[in-house]
Amino acid sequence: MTELLYLGAAVLFIFGLKQLSSPRTARKGNMLASVGMLIAVVVTLANMENIGWGPIIAGLAVGGGVGAALALRVKMTAMPELVAAFNGFGGVASALVALAEIERWEALFDNETGVVVALSLAIGSVTFSGSFVAFGKLNGSIPGRPILLPAGQVVNALLAVAIAAVAVWAISADNALAYWIVVGLALVLGVLAVIPIGGADMPVVISLLNSCSGVAAAMAGFVINNSALIIGGALVGAAGFILTVLMGEAMNRTIANVLFSGFGAVTSGPVTTGDKPVKKATADDVAIALAYAENVIVVPGYGLAVAQAQHAVREMATALEERGVNVDYAIHPVAGRMPGHMNVLLAEADVPYDQLLDLDQSNPRFPQTDVVLIIGANDVVNPSARDDETSTIYGMPILEVDLATTVVVVKRSLSPGFAGIDNPLFYQDGTMMFFSDGKAAVESVIAALGNV
Amino acid sequence: MSEVFISGIVVFVLAAFVGLEVISKVPPTLHTPLMSGANAISGITIVGAVIAAGISEGTFAAILGFLAVTAATINVVGGFLVTDRMLEMFKKKPGRG
Repeated sequence: MTELLYLGAAVLFIFGLKQLSSPRTARKGNMLASVGMLIAVVVTLANMENIGWGPIIAGLAVGGGVGAALALRVKMTAMPELVAAFNGFGGVASALVALAEIERWEALFDNETGVVVALSLAIGSVTFSGSFVAFGKLNGSIPGRPILLPAGQVVNALLAVAIAAVAVWAISADNALAYWIVVGLALVLGVLAVIPIGGADMPVVISLLNSCSGVAAAMAGFVINNSALIIGGALVGAAGFILTVLMGEAMNRTIANVLFSGFGAVTSGPVTTGDKPVKKATADDVAIALAYAENVIVVPGYGLAVAQAQHAVREMATALEERGVNVDYAIHPVAGRMPGHMNVLLAEADVPYDQLLDLDQSNPRFPQTDVVLIIGANDVVNPSARDDETSTIYGMPILEVDLATTVVVVKRSLSPGFAGIDNPLFYQDGTMMFFSDGKAAVESVIAALGNV
Repeated sequence: MSEVFISGIVVFVLAAFVGLEVISKVPPTLHTPLMSGANAISGITIVGAVIAAGISEGTFAAILGFLAVTAATINVVGGFLVTDRMLEMFKKKPGRG
């Protein structure tokens, strides 16, 4: 009976994930999955005999309180680091389950159980320390730039070999201490593996670690012979992996590339912006261009979220729509701090999701677009990625805004973006540069629209 | 290998394929909530944590179990709540199809 109820929970997870893939049903999908989780926990509790309730109730209360407080208080802009932190907790939980089993059986496992114990420990611990380094890089407590250590890759490879060797020792000698050493080494490996990766690549790392925490849960499932853990863990492991590949594709980077290249460590020479002339615009110029346009596409970048300008942009769009202007938003897959993050930030500002166009939807539209308004985005609209084979970002999918009639770029200065390269878009004939903070710019345009 | 272990592997592989299929077509607009929701599901390890915590009260294993339950519950409760908070904001424009 327990097994059937676990299966029911797993089916709810599958339906939940399926519905999470469509905006219309996503919220219901999340609820289904959470009901599945509740069923799994209740069934487990009901099925246990002679249990000590103390640690369970204490853990559920503390964890539930902390989790709820974090989830309800977090600012939407801080979403990437929160997901990283939650993921770290999931990873360490799987490692702790395996450690508790080691204590309980004094490390006396048969070989196959020993292998899955070691795997839960190693994967869970790497997920834990890696996720918290990612968390630190995203919230700024650890420098976001890649920190390259001498012979980093060699050290990491040696660490991985050492983990495997100690695990073999632990399994063959039934040695609890050796299992704990696996944990220690894996914690170090998680830190060393993530530290050299630049902040811009963190979303891919978190997604990959999310996949790992699923695998760790599945391994813990093998340890305690529990099908709910095996199914749930395998689902998330696979789904998280697909998501990681999708994100990598959007950034034109393979997973191997992210993990082993130290992006941003590519030290490009000083950017020669030279004295090329740009056309500067005022709020009035921009307001006039927007007010008399038929089709406007807003391209928001993370700069917009930093400036907390989503609400102002929404206000501006409403003012334009009242004048009969058609306003849409083109969202590059990496527009926010993680794929889909910008959509969440705009949704928070009440922008309907059907006005958000993805890369494939927006590129065919730019040639018929009168004005493109770029706020806080740079590399994702850089035509060099399409035209200049020598560029470091050559081949990265971009929003082809240069095909629109007029391009307005709101930016503090001509400084380059993450990739550290110049953007020819700024010097193009149809481009107007509006040098300003994103929020102040949009607010001044709204004011100017009142006079047009 | 024992029968139980082998059937576990069968379940693992089949579930992994389901995971691959279920996710293959997701609009980018949902990548962040999906990652967050999938992450909450990976908190299924809470089941293992509860078993570990309850089975051996008064021992070091129970302390480890308590820590596991706490961490897994943060993952599960926080993950589902924050995903719901995000998805609650996703609205369709009235009258636009």
